[in-house]
Amino acid sequence: MNRASRSVILTAALAVLLVGGVVVSAVVGQLAVSPAEVVGSVLRALGISNGWAPTDPIVESTLWVVRFPRIAMGLAVGAALAVAGAVMQAIFGNPLAEPGVVGVSSGAALGAAVGIVVGVTVLGTGGTALFAFAGGLGATLLVYLVSRANGRTEVVTLLLTGIAVNAFAGAGLAFLIFIADSGSREQIVFWQLGSLNGSLWSEVVVVVVVAVLGTIAAVALGRRYDLLALGERNARHLGVNVEALRVGSIVLVALLTGVAVAFCGIIAFVGLVIPHVVRMIIGPAHRGLIVASAAGGGVLMVYSDLLARSVVPGADLPIGLLTSLIGGPFFFFLLFRQRRRSGGWA
Amino acid sequence: MSAGIRADGVSVQLDGHSVLDGVTLDVRPGEVLVLVGPNGAGKSTLLGVLSGERRPSAGTVTLEGRELGSIRHSELARLRAVLTQENQVSFPFRVIEVVSMGRAPWARTLEGRDDIAAVNEAMDAADVAHLANRRYTSLSGGERARVALARVLAQRTPIVFLDEPTAALDLRHQEDVMRRARVLADSGCSVVVVLHDLSLAGAYADRLALLAGGRLESIGTPAEVLTADRVERVYGLPVELHLVNGRPVVVPRR
Repeated sequence: MNRASRSVILTAALAVLLVGGVVVSAVVGQLAVSPAEVVGSVLRALGISNGWAPTDPIVESTLWVVRFPRIAMGLAVGAALAVAGAVMQAIFGNPLAEPGVVGVSSGAALGAAVGIVVGVTVLGTGGTALFAFAGGLGATLLVYLVSRANGRTEVVTLLLTGIAVNAFAGAGLAFLIFIADSGSREQIVFWQLGSLNGSLWSEVVVVVVVAVLGTIAAVALGRRYDLLALGERNARHLGVNVEALRVGSIVLVALLTGVAVAFCGIIAFVGLVIPHVVRMIIGPAHRGLIVASAAGGGVLMVYSDLLARSVVPGADLPIGLLTSLIGGPFFFFLLFRQRRRSGGWA
Repeated sequence: MSAGIRADGVSVQLDGHSVLDGVTLDVRPGEVLVLVGPNGAGKSTLLGVLSGERRPSAGTVTLEGRELGSIRHSELARLRAVLTQENQVSFPFRVIEVVSMGRAPWARTLEGRDDIAAVNEAMDAADVAHLANRRYTSLSGGERARVALARVLAQRTPIVFLDEPTAALDLRHQEDVMRRARVLADSGCSVVVVLHDLSLAGAYADRLALLAGGRLESIGTPAEVLTADRVERVYGLPVELHLVNGRPVVVPRR
């Protein structure tokens, strides 16, 4: 089967999964809502009056205050993280680069925690987001500067840098938990585990805007990322301003990761798993890869969140726990596959 | 369209070490200029300077009278193509995708409509058309080298730099590459090739530039440059020179 028809099938499959996931997420929960009520409520909001719309105001507010913002947040965060992973892999020329693995997420979490402890929450949700962005940017720059030599990133160096950054950010977070009052402490722990619980529309809007703009920017740069796969020198010979592309992409990754971490905490491995799976299906060309990764990240996040809040009755598991549960074994799978093919990365 | 390059008193210092020292030469449209010399003579550095990849510490490089450093990346990519020695690809792109990347500089220009023809022609010329749908990462070293060459040919620039294009290739494909360089030059391109094989260089070069220790030892026709004396002195190895069809063939004395 050629790549064009695979792309069509992937798009269709993602669309079905997406709509299905959204509807199921809206239906499942402590308060039972029927699929017809969900569709009816959405139609009514669009100004189409119909007989399916729920008459019970509790159902209506459950959907619009609790479930819909949470679903929208999941889609946006998943897209942001998956696109950040794809972009990072492109500029490092390395399929293992991922915001969670190399420490960008924990850098952003450290930034967010500093923000919480010094009390920037008085600035509103934007303040924490700003700190998370700064932390993520710092971590990305650090990893980039340390792990690159002669225009290439050795896998070992990249992963070791990730270990160092994660260790440092972990220590920083532990210290902040130690000195923080109990309210802040709870917030920081929440950041480390990751959750979509309690998403507000005001936060959703910020993440959606960043995710959409970030995805558009990444798609616009897609051709250049393709050329970067030839190596920096060859990309330059083909007219790419490699330095500018790198700096712009690092800011893009920090922005996408930072905004996701700021509102939902550390949700690891989305940026690793999704671009990998998409590449296996439709190939590595970046424009298609980025678009499909955005959709795939959203789908993964919606289903993960569905599991997170329904697997243990009455409890809300941290979503970061679930994605790591999927991502960890996936990482093993990548390692084994690579070892079988070429004896490992070292 | 044709374009020539002129290097004037070009020097390059690396870590306080002089890698290239006062090299002056010009690259003329319609000729194959081959750079030869022992390891560390500065061949690749000179190629880097001429292609605008490396700024010289002293001296100037001009393309049709314009300072090379003043030309934008994107415009330079439409003027010259470079085949580097290392041609890894980070992700499993297919061969046809890799070759098509050579057309990137022409996106959103009138020449963009020739993309398909250019890619097909380049793949035929480099003998990789049968590999079109293979993944680049699954190819052998020699096949990768030919795909990289096809990408450079697809770029269709008036100046072409080839850094050791024959290194990974078998006898037939070595000859194919040099013949292709000849064809490019005959169509008006300037072609600069770095080679180690002096006989191959002697057979296909219009002019030969022999580098030693960062200096231009000699430049001229193969017969002028490749004398037994000079080759022995520069390479530190006794050689015999034969003439085949008026072209010098260098054989080490064993």
